[in-house]
Amino acid sequence: MKDFSTKLLHIGVENDKHTGAVSVPIYQVSTFHQEDISKAQDYEYSRSGNPTRKALETIIAELEGGVAGFAFSSGMAAMSTVLLLFGVGDHILAPKDVYGGTYRMLSKVCGKWGINHDFVDTTSLEAIEKAVLRNTKAIVLESPSNPLLKVSNLPAICAWAKERGIITIVDNTFMTPYLQRPLEFGADIVVHSATKFLAGHSDVVAGLVATGSKHLANEIYYLQNALGSILGPQDCWLTMRGIKTLKVRMDQSQKSAQLIAERFAAHPKIKAIHYPGLTSHPGHELLKQQAEGFGAVLSFEAETAQLARKIMSKVKLSAVAVSLGGVESILSYPVTMSHAAIPAKVRAELGISDALLRLSVGLESPDDIAEDILSAMEED
Amino acid sequence: MKFESKTVHIGVCTDHTGALSTPIYQSATFRHPALGQSTGYDYTRSLNPTRKILEDGIAQLEEGAAGYAFSSGMAAVTAVLMIYKQGDHIVIVEDCYGGTYRVVDKVFSQFGLEATFVDGSNIDEVAQAIKENTVAIIVETPTNPLMKIVDIRAMIELAKSTNAHCIVDNTFLTPYFQRPLALGADIVIHSGTKYLAGHNDLVCGLVVAREAELAEKIKYIQNSTGAVLSPNDSWLLIRSIKTLALRMDRHNANAIAVAQWLENHPAVKSVYYPGLDKHPGKSIHDKQATGYGGMLSFTVENAKRAADVLEKVKLISFAESLGGVETLITLPAVQTHADVPVDVRERLGISDCLLRLSVGIENAEDIIADLAQALD
Repeated sequence: MKDFSTKLLHIGVENDKHTGAVSVPIYQVSTFHQEDISKAQDYEYSRSGNPTRKALETIIAELEGGVAGFAFSSGMAAMSTVLLLFGVGDHILAPKDVYGGTYRMLSKVCGKWGINHDFVDTTSLEAIEKAVLRNTKAIVLESPSNPLLKVSNLPAICAWAKERGIITIVDNTFMTPYLQRPLEFGADIVVHSATKFLAGHSDVVAGLVATGSKHLANEIYYLQNALGSILGPQDCWLTMRGIKTLKVRMDQSQKSAQLIAERFAAHPKIKAIHYPGLTSHPGHELLKQQAEGFGAVLSFEAETAQLARKIMSKVKLSAVAVSLGGVESILSYPVTMSHAAIPAKVRAELGISDALLRLSVGLESPDDIAEDILSAMEED
Repeated sequence: MKFESKTVHIGVCTDHTGALSTPIYQSATFRHPALGQSTGYDYTRSLNPTRKILEDGIAQLEEGAAGYAFSSGMAAVTAVLMIYKQGDHIVIVEDCYGGTYRVVDKVFSQFGLEATFVDGSNIDEVAQAIKENTVAIIVETPTNPLMKIVDIRAMIELAKSTNAHCIVDNTFLTPYFQRPLALGADIVIHSGTKYLAGHNDLVCGLVVAREAELAEKIKYIQNSTGAVLSPNDSWLLIRSIKTLALRMDRHNANAIAVAQWLENHPAVKSVYYPGLDKHPGKSIHDKQATGYGGMLSFTVENAKRAADVLEKVKLISFAESLGGVETLITLPAVQTHADVPVDVRERLGISDCLLRLSVGIENAEDIIADLAQALD
């Protein structure tokens, strides 16, 4: 089974043995009857392993091309469990414009437990090399980045890190394994906020992790079980249900994103548009080499902060909300939403201005989405 | 309002439709009325309406300032430990749940959290373990699986004397039988999977803090590390809590009957249940709780006999976990406490002859008949 769209529907999970049910049963159970004290069974206690969760974990491992997958109660539960693989005295590098939740976890939680970090411009391997310390154990990467869609050279950074024994952790939320598979070019761990494109309906909060290393898989499993931030069976089932339509949703959303980006690029009241599908985007060529598409998230800078706020208050179709990757288009204001945890000074350095808006393109007609935003600019 | 009435009325008629049962808000994100405005709900990891009903409900039942719901009991324990920092020291009961032992001994040790494991029933030993950097005393009472009783008031006094928090894992008794915050404890933790959910179907955890300031710290960690309970599971837990009082009464009555029967069985060497008159902790227990719960342990003559019992039981399931309507039996040395080092287990008396019973709400005579045939 080579084609990704077929894989999405048919991997990892066989039909239920007893009934033949095509949809994986929801095992809403905490504990499992043990037949024999001397024989370990597949399932003992749902925190340690649950059949519905196992199906989802198998699916993400297969889609990302890894040996094991893990499901968590949120994207941040996935990321924090991975970050807690490290301990006192270790050092972690992360992008300067990393997701606000990861920024908070590194600076406010990991920091007080002795895990140090530095933020670096990951679009420059030179900058990464300068920031690396003797105790650097891992580097977190997001590409394209949030909200400016900057592209980092993932294969080059992964190869560089491998030589130094540094673990690469790629947040693949924006691209999903349909468009980008970091494990294939040498990343060690992939993390997802499955809340976004994988589940895709703005209904489930979930996180997923996949790895190609058996050793790391054992360590992640140990922490998943010990810390207990697992995903419940019902939510595992909903996430699997979302994944079945991943390809068709992603195809449609990124086609629309391209059209909207082109239209916005020509608009006089839009100062800048950030979408890697545009040939003018500095990361366009690089992303083409490491991914099979440009995704469905774009950001743009309105002429003034005042105009940005006007758009936010006047749009009707797009939901004004945090989050992204749903069937509904979502417009957000990074300064007060996704990147509020990042200090204002740092935000300004990064180019996350108060005129910047982020659009997660949903499944509505691209004309409707664009016109909703453009007419919001004109309204009194 | 009396306790039972409070449990039944959690989440009743909370929305504009008049629905008696609280709606399941299966939504990841919430639309903002306008930029800079919020309905109070922005993103479900931070706050979800269904989860909030549960969190407010458990805070009310435990008589605390605020409650928080997590994806498992261990996620709740982890979140509480996370409020501290590298270089801090905790004192914790040595016969705590195996998962708690593991996370303290194997995970938080990597982050520089020091821990001293003590016999919680020995107040002097607890007092001597306190150091300058002690930030918390963490206890379970009755303990798992030996049902030792820890004097909650004494622990609160010790904690106060050194400006540390007193944290009680209240999983075994639930707020129906024991309310540590009302006695002055700072934090209560639950594996909600057990009696609160009560049906062996849900994995979840809860934390309640007595004071708002401490509650805020837990909330910060809950949002940062993201180990939240989903809306659907929150709803199931709300549903479960409505029958908590009825279930606990029945668990309690059945456990007393089973404990008394086991005590008189020739193949049983000892029975550990705080409801028995000869239990050494009974008088302290009676001062801090209003019931004995559904958990008991007993020893048989040797490991083979224990294995026999596990094999022969029919009505009773051989499975981990506890607190469900169905009776479960387990061998703690191999299952729940496998992560406690062997020498510690042996010193504590968690041997391979020790069986732990979570007495369900079947008819007590059926539970006893099943044990009788398994012990013969």
